[in-house]
Amino acid sequence: MNWMLLLLLLPLAGAALVAFMPEKSARQVATLVTLLCCVPFLAMVGQFDWARSGVDQFQTTAVWFEPLGLSFRLAADSITMLLVGLTVLLGPICVVASYTAISERQKTYYAWLLVLQTAMTGVFLARDMVLFYVFFEFTLVPMFVLISLYGSTNRKYAAVKFFLYTFTGSILTLAGLAYVALEAARANGFWSFDFEALKTAARGMTFDQQKWVFIALMVGFAVKVPVFPFHTWLPLAHTEAPTAGSVVLAGVLLKLGTYGIFRFALQFTPVAAYEYAPALAVLGVVGIIYAGLICWVQSDIKKLVAYSSVSHLGFCVIGLFALNGVGLSGSVMYMINHGLSTGALFLLIGMIYERYHTREFKKLGGLASQMPVWSTFMVFFAMASVGLPGLNGFISEFMCLLGTFQAGGTTWTEFGMIPGRFGDASLLPGATFGNLGPWFAAFAAVGMVVTAIYILYMVGKIVWGEFKAPGHSAHAHNHAKGHGHDNHHGAAHADHAHGPLPRDLSGREIAVLVPLAVACLWLGLYPSPVLRTLEEPVAMVVTQVRADVLRNAQAALPADPQTADAHTPALLQQAATITEPGRR
Amino acid sequence: MNNVIAQLWPEIALFVTTCLVMVVGLSKDRGTRKLCAPISAIGIIVAGYLAATTSVDTATTLPFMAKYGKVLAAGVGLLLLMLMAGTADRQLEDAVDRGEKFEPLRSTRAEFYAFFLFSLMGLMLCAGASDLIFLFLALELTSLPTYVMVALSTRRDRSMEAGVKYFFLGAMGAAMFLFGFALIYGATGSTALADVAYTIQNRAAGTGSIGPLALTGLVLSLLGVMFKIAAVPMHFYTADVYQGAASSVTAFLAFVPKCAGFFAIMLLVGCAGWAFGPDGYGSGTALPPELRILLWTIAVLTMTVGNVLALLQTSVKRILAYSSIAHSGYMLVGVIAGPGPAESTLASNGLAAVLFYLLTYGVMSVGTFSVVAALERRRRATAADAAIDEVDHIDELRGLWKRQPHLAAVMVICALGLLGLPPLLGFLGKLPLFTSALGAGEIVLVVILGLNSAIAAAYYLRLVSVPFLESGEPSTPDAVVPTPFPSRALAGVVAAVLVVVAGLAGGTLGSHAERAGTFRFPTKTMEATRHASQPTSTVSVPPDAAERGPNAR
Repeated sequence: MNWMLLLLLLPLAGAALVAFMPEKSARQVATLVTLLCCVPFLAMVGQFDWARSGVDQFQTTAVWFEPLGLSFRLAADSITMLLVGLTVLLGPICVVASYTAISERQKTYYAWLLVLQTAMTGVFLARDMVLFYVFFEFTLVPMFVLISLYGSTNRKYAAVKFFLYTFTGSILTLAGLAYVALEAARANGFWSFDFEALKTAARGMTFDQQKWVFIALMVGFAVKVPVFPFHTWLPLAHTEAPTAGSVVLAGVLLKLGTYGIFRFALQFTPVAAYEYAPALAVLGVVGIIYAGLICWVQSDIKKLVAYSSVSHLGFCVIGLFALNGVGLSGSVMYMINHGLSTGALFLLIGMIYERYHTREFKKLGGLASQMPVWSTFMVFFAMASVGLPGLNGFISEFMCLLGTFQAGGTTWTEFGMIPGRFGDASLLPGATFGNLGPWFAAFAAVGMVVTAIYILYMVGKIVWGEFKAPGHSAHAHNHAKGHGHDNHHGAAHADHAHGPLPRDLSGREIAVLVPLAVACLWLGLYPSPVLRTLEEPVAMVVTQVRADVLRNAQAALPADPQTADAHTPALLQQAATITEPGRR
Repeated sequence: MNNVIAQLWPEIALFVTTCLVMVVGLSKDRGTRKLCAPISAIGIIVAGYLAATTSVDTATTLPFMAKYGKVLAAGVGLLLLMLMAGTADRQLEDAVDRGEKFEPLRSTRAEFYAFFLFSLMGLMLCAGASDLIFLFLALELTSLPTYVMVALSTRRDRSMEAGVKYFFLGAMGAAMFLFGFALIYGATGSTALADVAYTIQNRAAGTGSIGPLALTGLVLSLLGVMFKIAAVPMHFYTADVYQGAASSVTAFLAFVPKCAGFFAIMLLVGCAGWAFGPDGYGSGTALPPELRILLWTIAVLTMTVGNVLALLQTSVKRILAYSSIAHSGYMLVGVIAGPGPAESTLASNGLAAVLFYLLTYGVMSVGTFSVVAALERRRRATAADAAIDEVDHIDELRGLWKRQPHLAAVMVICALGLLGLPPLLGFLGKLPLFTSALGAGEIVLVVILGLNSAIAAAYYLRLVSVPFLESGEPSTPDAVVPTPFPSRALAGVVAAVLVVVAGLAGGTLGSHAERAGTFRFPTKTMEATRHASQPTSTVSVPPDAAERGPNAR
């Protein structure tokens, strides 16, 4: 039984089923299908050989479009497994969270949500570059529909902006991939977009070629992440999207960018990635601090969380470009953790919005007195987002910073390739191969402080303090559950007249949040099993990057080969002994 | 002579059908009159079958294009025929239904279908043209009927205006490429494309350039043919003509002349060859620098102008008109890229990419136009004929998913296909253009192509969201209802299904395009056979010599 194929196609079949079922049963079918997806995933987890976690397993290949050498090739390594796991986990959560929020055109909504799940699963599983691109692009359509049909007031603009930004970026990514495929075709004599074939070809390119391919790939991925200054679509899309849309967007879609960087930008063009690491890290750090400061001045809670995504993913980016085991592992962990905690924050905000139809700081406050359960979750996930030790955010943020700190010990003004530098005694103790250094870590750490400021500010305003909510003036809040709206909020009142929500969270809403909370706690308290599975794939990438950078450095050093040789073993030895991923 | 006949069986089949249709369409009996469309369909199917089974192998630099082009013409022609239902004689037939007498003099049905078939025949001839005169006649046979079809397509003045505008600009284009052909003849002493190619490239091998006269001739003829594909700056008629003609005819205009134009362009550019490099002829795989600059500029302008102007439109037909201009620009990229290295595949052969793109574009554009053609505006107050009008403004598609979900789905799928969204057919069409242009080193052009695809996304998204996502009724006072011709909607559904299915499993189509794009360098033997056959052409006719009738005499 090919569980992987089942996992990929089940949501798609579910979407078709939803389309042909009556409107009323759409959400039941969607719930059932997303829950059923856990079965093939768990089966995969069971069959996966965790001892060889860096090796692609469950290989499935079929011919797709022969004249161009396109194939339908799927496989999974541990990173794929983790990200697919996140997708599978968020699937039912998104569906169940939408029960009361979506009342019109439910069939369309749930069908596209299911299509989106297939597309996201496919991105992580694909091992043919065009197939990857197909899924990568196809996530745009469901998200476009979800935002422009079910979003808030400015939804159409947001949907179009989201689509155009990401589409434009990824077309250049396609051009980059096509260029690598061309190189591969020249070398092999036949056309193929297979991941391994392209990787070999790309690594064989000259630095000049790698540079352009790297830039082309990064344009698409940087927009998707989003890296500052390509982030402007994100707050808009997040703010306008329906809750489930925001959850998927923050939880999985942004990870397509970082996953793309990890899987393609770093592995195809390692030398360029190394050379441009400082530049990308500068963008990452600027993103961390700038977006963090913007969060601070938001008047809309959802926008605040949206900008916090930009800030958080900055850590992810610097972790990736640290190019060492700690940084990369931390970055992959960050992808998961950010999906969990930010996804949960969006859910919580959605719950508030469903009750009070506002997300303004001005109109909300002191909800702890009215919604103790909600407030508990809010504080919990806010802390996870800040990176409180013991919760998931801390581990990954720390690892990203540590990786950055140790990476090379150069300053960002030192752009040039200086062979022999690695064995230099001027390196900080504990420093590893890499092109970043303490300065980057220091500035990024400032971002942590900013994060704490705006998250605590948000929690302080909304959860604590004097109770304040539209329709719940001080004298009205002791009215019956969910019916305390004043007349001037009649319109909003009518909206959920068909299914009044309790004052605090309902059982369904708690059920949505609990799995995320459990995952946060588990990854916060005992992340080592996960980190251990990341060791092998990350080490493979790191070794590869080192080898290529080294080879390139040697090639660029014709004058005194002895010196280079003298340094090379030192570096390789260092490379072998340096911080194992996951060992802290 | 027999060989020529053997290669022209598809066209002969179409011609016989044309004669039949001309007679049948004038019948007094309504049932017989209505046979025009089925007879045409049978004729096209037979022609397609003949084209697919006979060995069509022309003596040009693109020997296998003829077969592919003819089958393509038949295939898309069939879809277009389904769209044509009810375009001609609708008012007349309605009058007959009300009890008036049928007047053959006022009827245009026979002519309409005959012209349709003639034009398709012209397209097929174009694909198989091996001689400049032949090519000129084929191009004109493609275009002349379309002028009449545009004028006949509706009873509105706008269609007349469109027809006249189209005719005069078309005549100017024809004059230009005819003049160009004359200069090419002057430069090479032959009208046979194979000889022209051989002479030009032989000279280029000696002198390093193709010579000023041949260059002028090629430039003029290319500019003239640019009119057919609506490339900037020969595009000015496009939006007005597309809007003025009935939607079904517009779909025809968006495919048939464009397709014929691209066949002609590839044949003409093939005369100069893609063997130029930094050190002149034979040192690379590029066009002669002058032609490359010309086509490069036109391609970039065409893509960009088409897409940017499409952004500003509110009429669906004008959006599609400008998008059709932009798609011509994309395909020119493939022409610039050329056939690539020997033994090249679809991924590296730009000509194959163009041929494949013509197929994908044809299907997708028929799909989008069919949505417009399958709908009409009807005044709410009256039910008289005069009150029926075409759907034009994009707003009139609003909320289509609620009323005609299948049409909305067709629009969504085909517009996303035109946008190039994977895994739809349009994406597979665009990918070889990307790869082949990269292979030819045209990186800047690829980036421009990519950015243009992104610009195009903005207006295709409007075509997706207005019918599918926006609810509510159109704000016009008229009711937007489906036309009483189900075959139009069916054509759209077929196209949409193709866009999806061929996107997932279209490898065979790609392989056919790959073979059709095979570029053969002109060799000495072509010249030799010509000389050998000239004095004794009645005794031994080599396969390709007889086609050069005008020249041999």
